[in-house]
Amino acid sequence: MRSESGKIYRGLTGVSGALVFLRGDGGVAYGEMVEIVGDDGRIRAGRVLIASRETLAIEVYQGTDGISPTGARIRCLGRPLETPVAAEMLGRTFDSFGRALDGGPDPLADDWRNVNGAAINPAVRAYPRDFLQTGISAIDGLNTLVRGQKLPIFSGSGLPHNQLAAQIVRQAQAPGESEGFAVIFAIIGASRDVADLFRRSVEESGALPRVAMFVNFADDPAVERLVTPRSALSLAEYLAFDCGMHVLVVMTDITQYCEALREVASAKGEVPSRKGYPGYLYSDLASLFERAGRIQNKAGSITQVPILTMPNDDITHPIPDLSGYITEGQIVLERDLDRAGIYPPINVLPSLSRLMSDGIGEDRTRPDHAHLSSQLYSAYAYARRIRMLAAIVGEEELAGRDRKYLDFGRRFEREFIAQAIDENRTIEQTLDRGWLMLRELPAADLTRVSAEEISRHLK
Amino acid sequence: MNDASATDAAERRPETVGRAVWISGPVVRADLTANVFMGEQMEVGASRLIGEIIGISGKQALIQVYEETDGMQPGEPVYGTGLAMYIELGPGLIGGVFDGVQRPLNILQRKGPFVEKGAKADPLDPARRWRFIPDAKPPARIRGGEVLGVVPETPVVEHRVLAPPDCSGELVAVAPEGDYAAGDPIATIRTDGREFTVAMAQRWPVKQARPYQEHLRPIVPLITGQRIFDLFFPLAKGGSAAIPGGFGTGKTVTQHQLSKWAEADVIVYVGCGERGNEMAEVLMDFPKLADPRTGRPLMEKTVLIGNTSNMPVAAREASIYTGITIAEYYRDMGHHVALMADSTSRWAEALREVSGRLEEMPAEEGFPAYLATRLAQFYERAGRVRTLSGREGSVTIIGAVSPAGGDFSEPVTQHTKRFTRCFWALDKDLAAARYFPAINYLESYSGYLDDVAEWWRDRHDPQWRELREQAMRLLQEDDRLQRIVRLVGEDALPDEQRLIIEGSRLLQEGCLQQNANDPVDTFCRPEKQLGLLKAILHFVVRAKEIIKRGAPIHRIREMPARESIVRAKDKIPNDKPELLDDLMAGIDREMDALYAEFQKVR
Repeated sequence: MRSESGKIYRGLTGVSGALVFLRGDGGVAYGEMVEIVGDDGRIRAGRVLIASRETLAIEVYQGTDGISPTGARIRCLGRPLETPVAAEMLGRTFDSFGRALDGGPDPLADDWRNVNGAAINPAVRAYPRDFLQTGISAIDGLNTLVRGQKLPIFSGSGLPHNQLAAQIVRQAQAPGESEGFAVIFAIIGASRDVADLFRRSVEESGALPRVAMFVNFADDPAVERLVTPRSALSLAEYLAFDCGMHVLVVMTDITQYCEALREVASAKGEVPSRKGYPGYLYSDLASLFERAGRIQNKAGSITQVPILTMPNDDITHPIPDLSGYITEGQIVLERDLDRAGIYPPINVLPSLSRLMSDGIGEDRTRPDHAHLSSQLYSAYAYARRIRMLAAIVGEEELAGRDRKYLDFGRRFEREFIAQAIDENRTIEQTLDRGWLMLRELPAADLTRVSAEEISRHLK
Repeated sequence: MNDASATDAAERRPETVGRAVWISGPVVRADLTANVFMGEQMEVGASRLIGEIIGISGKQALIQVYEETDGMQPGEPVYGTGLAMYIELGPGLIGGVFDGVQRPLNILQRKGPFVEKGAKADPLDPARRWRFIPDAKPPARIRGGEVLGVVPETPVVEHRVLAPPDCSGELVAVAPEGDYAAGDPIATIRTDGREFTVAMAQRWPVKQARPYQEHLRPIVPLITGQRIFDLFFPLAKGGSAAIPGGFGTGKTVTQHQLSKWAEADVIVYVGCGERGNEMAEVLMDFPKLADPRTGRPLMEKTVLIGNTSNMPVAAREASIYTGITIAEYYRDMGHHVALMADSTSRWAEALREVSGRLEEMPAEEGFPAYLATRLAQFYERAGRVRTLSGREGSVTIIGAVSPAGGDFSEPVTQHTKRFTRCFWALDKDLAAARYFPAINYLESYSGYLDDVAEWWRDRHDPQWRELREQAMRLLQEDDRLQRIVRLVGEDALPDEQRLIIEGSRLLQEGCLQQNANDPVDTFCRPEKQLGLLKAILHFVVRAKEIIKRGAPIHRIREMPARESIVRAKDKIPNDKPELLDDLMAGIDREMDALYAEFQKVR
């Protein structure tokens, strides 16, 4: 398949967690891939973490159970961890290493790529500004996604983030370009149910031929989770920048990925930082998220929607916190909305799309978009404040104006934010619905939209 | 490190000084066969990756490598350069985009859209010719740092070619006016009986501050065109400021605003471990935006250092030093330079990561114990100085800080607070209310108020300090009242107190908030800043008289003048200050009428 250095070692000096140690003699590179054959005869993949003349430290991907210091054999492959990429991989399901999981044959690779990729030269990045329609009002209207952006969903255990992600995948379209649109799922440490949900969801929508899935199940070795998103992103880069496609990458669950990173770091005996996560968690996450983007003079793009469940719904936990510093905004799901039966339970107030202002407006969405979303945002923010006040003093005590806002808040959640799981709203429908929400508010309060816009849209 | 001998060393090809024996991420151990020194720049492995000696023990050296070491094997050679970590200084820096170790990204892009490891290119394009106009006449005594000649680097930046700072002696020859490459010799200096040729391009070790004659008191404000800074928390040329804030509070937008509008001759923008798309935005905007003072594209006075979060972490550490050295270099020519570092927290994390690989004993939150020292060394390179050639120049540092979880008690924010005199605290709640710039005016401070008061007094208004104090008092009183309002509601307060709340609201909407996306409001000249502030304070004073006469607060709130004040920031252009007088006259007119009305009622 590929050239191999073929260097073979027998015996280990130690085994610890997912790591094995052996005596080296030079000639093996840092980051090189190896195969480890245990006493059971099973072949496992591994990667060199420390390369020295005396010692080699190797991270073993399929677990170290069944490996003994005397019985193990190590074969060095003379290449870094590479993954196959090919246009024909769309429509298929793979494991973390690009091997077929759907019963079909392994893909015929157009090329093999280093899973770590390389950093896009910031000087050749094209600034993302093309609107990507998800058909979901809370996103399209108030937190618009643009092609080449990385916009995570901050969720919590038990919230419908997977349903939302599946809906985005089914509905996402770049207006004007139905051709050459691909979706890649990286399912990291998820249960088989979740993987199934995604598969059924895309199958039912008939989108399967343009979807590739990379799956690492919850009971697969944790260390493989570090590879799953990288293989997925390598394929995404190939499709986007070699084949000119617009690629949407959904990664779930980044929290599982970070847990795996912590597990491996602690096995290596590294100095922990906040909550035991390694000090390089930020850099490591950036090496995933920064693979989104566009490149000048290239047709394709990579848009990422990573999903992460905030431990204990805490947005200051290192995982959402560091992610927020890297990604271009966040979509925040809220438990209270979910309890109130609002789907998708997106709280638009802490949500943000940093690239929105450059991706909307005339020629992109609609000229009134910016003002309308600002007006809806501020009205809803006020409505939430009044709701809190009403909880203390009682609704009857409120002034007439404030009651109007209370009503607005309810309607906004039930009619604008909420939509059916198979309801795909165009941007026109979303914005028109937004104007409808403003109808009951005092006219004097509509200061963020212009008089012309009011006469045009609020009739 | 002597610069003249540096030119000598450059002649030598880096030589093998040992072999790599242990490789783990960005750290390599090498067995030495020749002498090396701490901080020496190295080339590591067969692909000659850039590295630096960070530890020596017996016959073994620890090397920090500024690129990915994947694929490197024990036994590969290690080369020494005989030079401390250095960068190339010379014409061609302005308008350039460099990574943390000064590789020119716009030249590397010819090799493909991804930065491949081991990729190399000269930081200063050797093919480019520059018009050199001699300024010194040989034979003459010349001291280090004096001007040999000038190069019009861009239409707005005059590049003064200096004698290397530590190379004094007799000027033997200077090249005649003509077009030269950065590396061509343009002068010869004899010192201690030896002759050195000097080129426009010179090297300087990045971790060593460049020398100057004298440190000067920072008494001139760095006008930023942003009201919250210039009026309330001013920064002085040669000063340093920290902008801490959690994600989404607008650190980067603020840094961009400052680099667009700050009144500096040269801007060095260091994108340190941040987003690639933000660099793309700067590269898209800056060539199109005009400097408010010269009308020329901003790119003609800007140097960009971009080491995004996914680029090698050790080079991220280097990017700060690369940036500050370039800033000092232009300072030495007599320019006023502003350096924006976004974000110093990522730099600190790079220190932590490398420290972790070295298995050093961690201090707070895993950061190494020398974090404070490194931060101090960086911020101390800011300053307003008399240069070696007797000119006045300055480096102002504005460092963004990204505290984990938005919590300012973490080590990087706390240490930075000790070394910077301006603290511009970004506030998550303000940002969530879409209140921008989301600077918390109660938590922020500036230590330069006394220093710059004289400038404001002489140039603009003797009352500047008094107006500011008056406004701050209003904000503080409002804050106290807001605590009561949260319990009982605003309606329960007497009208005189409600006026304070109303006044503070007006001050915030009409002055403190500033819209970066509005073409007029994005930059505000000092005259207009003062005009707005005065109008608002005048409005409050006049309203107070009327409230005292028994007018209900809603009459004040409904005055058309109130609306005019709020709109003034984006309706009155910078070049029409006379409209501010009209605004003031309008306030008086309406106030007079209202006053008269309630006079009668009484």
